[in-house]
Amino acid sequence: MTTLVARQDERTQPPVLPTRGGAKDRWVRRAPLLPALIFALVITQIPFLYTLYLSTLSWNALRPGDKPFVGLDNYVTVLTDTRLRSALVNTVLLTAGAVIFSMILGLLLALLLDRKFLGRSVVRTLLITPFLVMPIAAALLWKHAIFNPAYGLINGIFGGSTDWISSYPKGAVIATLVWQWTPFMMLILLAGLQSQSHEVIEAARVDGANAWQIFRRMTLPHLRQYLELGALLGSIYLVNTFDAIFSITQGGPGTATTNLPYEIYLTTFRKFEYGEASAAGVIVVILTIIVATFALRVISSLFKMEEHR
Amino acid sequence: MRRLWGVVAWVAGIVFVFPVIWMVLTSFKQEQAAAGNPPSWVFTPTLAQYEQVFDRNITPFLLNSLMASIFSTIFVVALATPAAYALSLRPVAKWTDTLFFFISTKMMPAVAALLPLYLLVKHLGMLDNIWTMVVLYTSMNLPLAVWMMRSFLLEVPREVLEAGEVDGAGLLTSIRKIILPIVSPGLAATALICFIFAWNEFFLAVNLTATNAGTAPIFLVGFISSEGLFLARLCAAATLVSLPVLIAGWLAQNKLVRGLSMGAVK
Repeated sequence: MTTLVARQDERTQPPVLPTRGGAKDRWVRRAPLLPALIFALVITQIPFLYTLYLSTLSWNALRPGDKPFVGLDNYVTVLTDTRLRSALVNTVLLTAGAVIFSMILGLLLALLLDRKFLGRSVVRTLLITPFLVMPIAAALLWKHAIFNPAYGLINGIFGGSTDWISSYPKGAVIATLVWQWTPFMMLILLAGLQSQSHEVIEAARVDGANAWQIFRRMTLPHLRQYLELGALLGSIYLVNTFDAIFSITQGGPGTATTNLPYEIYLTTFRKFEYGEASAAGVIVVILTIIVATFALRVISSLFKMEEHR
Repeated sequence: MRRLWGVVAWVAGIVFVFPVIWMVLTSFKQEQAAAGNPPSWVFTPTLAQYEQVFDRNITPFLLNSLMASIFSTIFVVALATPAAYALSLRPVAKWTDTLFFFISTKMMPAVAALLPLYLLVKHLGMLDNIWTMVVLYTSMNLPLAVWMMRSFLLEVPREVLEAGEVDGAGLLTSIRKIILPIVSPGLAATALICFIFAWNEFFLAVNLTATNAGTAPIFLVGFISSEGLFLARLCAAATLVSLPVLIAGWLAQNKLVRGLSMGAVK
């Protein structure tokens, strides 16, 4: 690691031989960027290169000293393993469920908050509060104070003795995530609503368009970009959900809520299958790159709008 | 009609915040009252649960969290601000590529880096060390801060900067007199958001720290054991560890959306 840092540092020096004004200017421009860039390269890329290497070894930490090179065997094992496939399906279900529901609720709340009423800023503060509660605290709160069959709030208010977590494990996890992420969606969509031109809407109203027509034909198309952005950013954050699984269900019952992060965590620190965990990690990275490519496209389109302003 | 929507919004706000209110209420109950069914609404408030939490030694965990969050935030801002400058006001040649490199590191799932990080950190003898967490949180928040700071720096009017240069203002003068006054609210918001993410981080902390460098989320997890009644105590601990972020978030709420969308939404 140190050699890489040293070599990159040398490069920050302007070339010794004939310095043209242009080259010098380029380095002056680059200098403020380099510390952050080098730091990000070292801390994020080295672990990934190391993961690639580890994924070709048959290495179980319980058998120290014995870690032969096995090529792509770990990938074969992982891809043919039903556990990973079910973890993948769970990841998609949990992420999609949480994103879709928090998006719908967030849109409704944003539409409410876009109106003028007494105490609007107080209500906005109330609505963002769930997002600010520490995720692990929120997960424990929902597990014990809300879902608990004996003294949880749901059964306490509505009666009954349903054990919400074991009856609806995915639903319980999704409900907790939706509660935390609705404020995020609401904030993004509210920003979208508030960037709408009021004159145009007023003009449509004068022309006799009703509220629903205005929403369908004007607000929704205008919001499209914000909806996409919310969905993609939400997916990027939520695909990595670990806190809620770890504390609410421990991936269970069975593997009903084991998502990819939790499965890889189990493979690494419970089964000590380092090679397989690395291969699974690489696969997750590839999947993320596919999703992220779409995300970047959306972000770049927002970016272009900004340039044109 | 208008009043009706106001009422609906208020009801929605209260429903959403209710679990938090319930958490705070429960934290002031005795365990017997907290575990009652149906839930008790009227009770004599007590600080016993908070005393218990401090007796169980939450302080070092809070201090670790404070250290990891504050130092990583300082490092992030120190690295990201000049970088954002080189990507906005005086851009390098390939500034778009660089920006997208930063954001792509944010999209990489932490779980894929967990094992190599664990092995490298262990090899360096830095497991369960708060400075490891400082470095990792710095790298975790760096892309966010670069993007956010860039979006704030772009608000500095170029004409004013150029006018300053014509008048012979050096780089330091224009930073101090022109740039800083304009971006300082943005700088504060960036710092608060980085603080929030570092404070709340659980995944890396649970796998790379233990007793010495354990942060507040780790305390919370270790705290719930299977010893009978504990709900009120758990709520007290959860309230306590959430408090700094609640305050930071309320303070930064006008800039929150911009930070979370990496500056894409104003």
